[in-house]
Amino acid sequence: MSTASVPVPPAPTASGQTARRLRHAGQRLATVLLTLLGLLFLTFVIGRVMPLDPVLSIVGPDADRSTYEQVRQQLGLDRPLAVQFGYYLRDLSQGDLGKALLTGHPVREDLARVLPATVELATLAILIGTLVGVPLGVYAATRRGRLGDHVVRLISLFGHSTPIFWFGMMGLLVFYAWLGWAGGGGRIDLAYDGLVASRTGLLLVDSVLAGEWEVFQSALRFIALPAGILGLHAVAYISRMTRSFMLAQLSQEYILTARVKGLSETAVVWRHAFRNILVQLLTIVALAYGGLLEGAVLIETVFGWPGFGQYLTSSLLLGDMNAVMGSVLVVGIVFVALNLLSDALYQVFDPRTRS
Amino acid sequence: MTPMASTLPQPTRAERDRRTTEPRSAFRALLLDGRRGLAKLLSNPLTSAGVLVIGFLLLVALFAPWIATHDPFAQNLAETLRAPSAAHWFGTDEFGRDIFSRLVHGSRITLYIVALVTVVVGPIGLAVGVTSGYFGGWVDTAFMRITDIFISFPSLVLALAFVAALGPGLDHAVIAIALTAWPPIARLARAETLSLRKADFIIVARLQGASALRIIVRHIVPLCLSSVVVRLTMNMASIILTAAGLGFLGLGAQAPLPEWGAMISEGRRYMMDSWWMVAIPGGAILLVSLAFNLLGDGLHDVLDPRSE
Repeated sequence: MSTASVPVPPAPTASGQTARRLRHAGQRLATVLLTLLGLLFLTFVIGRVMPLDPVLSIVGPDADRSTYEQVRQQLGLDRPLAVQFGYYLRDLSQGDLGKALLTGHPVREDLARVLPATVELATLAILIGTLVGVPLGVYAATRRGRLGDHVVRLISLFGHSTPIFWFGMMGLLVFYAWLGWAGGGGRIDLAYDGLVASRTGLLLVDSVLAGEWEVFQSALRFIALPAGILGLHAVAYISRMTRSFMLAQLSQEYILTARVKGLSETAVVWRHAFRNILVQLLTIVALAYGGLLEGAVLIETVFGWPGFGQYLTSSLLLGDMNAVMGSVLVVGIVFVALNLLSDALYQVFDPRTRS
Repeated sequence: MTPMASTLPQPTRAERDRRTTEPRSAFRALLLDGRRGLAKLLSNPLTSAGVLVIGFLLLVALFAPWIATHDPFAQNLAETLRAPSAAHWFGTDEFGRDIFSRLVHGSRITLYIVALVTVVVGPIGLAVGVTSGYFGGWVDTAFMRITDIFISFPSLVLALAFVAALGPGLDHAVIAIALTAWPPIARLARAETLSLRKADFIIVARLQGASALRIIVRHIVPLCLSSVVVRLTMNMASIILTAAGLGFLGLGAQAPLPEWGAMISEGRRYMMDSWWMVAIPGGAILLVSLAFNLLGDGLHDVLDPRSE
């Protein structure tokens, strides 16, 4: 494939390059740390301006003045905000996100329990999104301005414009209520619930590890619809980006050269142009995965999926601030990590960024 | 969309003459530009469809009390959960309220949210971005770090957190969405400003002794406006979807307001038997957000020469 690669400028001296890359990595790290600190501060502030009084929710409305003050002091709420933020940071550094009112467990344990369900859902969704979205985008680019292109654009537009929770409900109505193909709400048929030991927390993986094919089938029936609908959402974004990346490549001179050489269109599109957008695609898929977290909040509510999104929304409705802030913080960190990952992928795989 | 360009009517001789003569004032140039842009915008059938739907939405919202066939809040317990019929075009809900009338009145809420968020977010984003780009240095670093923090959350999750802090409600939802929607505008305005601030005419203005404020307000902001407006239009669809999502989760507009997302949420329990309670408001959200997306895309194609 050497014909397809873009000429790389002569490499600078090895030591200079390393120093530059180290400095770049250092700057990047500093930025990320600063962003994380800001993230913490933001969640902290949001948690403190809550209209619900956390003291009142512990002592109850009938408590007398001295009990109230005592609890207030225990919670550290009488200290200045800066000191409170310091305590917050200290607790966090010990992995303490506080206790969830709803479950009575530490928020950290709750999150560890619900996150795998969301990861399973989002991972399947991103697989669907990539496997459908990328070929669609490539196809649209090769049919630019013709019917196929317009059809793909419409699909993508509909994906962007559909309220995902509504799409989920319509899916339930058609595939569950009318056709009976899909499982309803939840992760698995009640009959199979708890049959396989949880090792990874991912039901599909756990059931395969345990060799329980019936459980696997049931789990698959339940996850197919929510994952499919989340996946379609990702298709909209991925196909659109793929199309524009491919168009940028297809107008390059090396493509003309390949065509003039007499290569078949398939070879030109897939072996030359497509290979050159792989890195960009990887970064887009990483970002799309983060976007799925947002969709998951709504889809999990619709499907009663016992994941992170449902945990967040049910805590929200109860005003359970520790749980809410913990969840929001985790999402923020995952988002930052995905951004960082997509950046790193670029650095590792694209030789042009190294100069 | 390139194929559309070729379907544009060829200019007549008079038109050609007019285009080659210089407009006499900046205002006339703007008018001329606007007219040309509009013609180009509407030459795309998809964009025209979007404009049509938005126009229709505006009319419905404006004349809602006259268009609605029933009182959107009037309960009629004798006629609950009726399927669409001649008496109730889109059926009735669990309180016997007419869904068509609720939908019509709900268009006002949708427009209210979109308009309010846009009006708040535009100036904030513009102010932050232009200041950041023009002054550079530590001002820029500080502003952009803050922007980064806001961007590092998925917007719905951040909006959820803000609503949690403020308490549910329509106006709080608007504030929460606005708080999550300004950073992309700020980034855009900053990028535009960076490309302008070293321009000759800015340097000349500065040499003439114009203050920073004057340069920003009189010279830079006007030139950023068009791309900011495009971006704001493109954001409208996602504002609608976020607002509907908040309404659906019970954190946006509260009952008995006929907000479309909240209507879906109410219809959820009855969905299996009364599909219209969910399907129809959702269809309305889809249609409107599709229309805003089409308009945004069209504007982008017209105003961004790189898309040619």
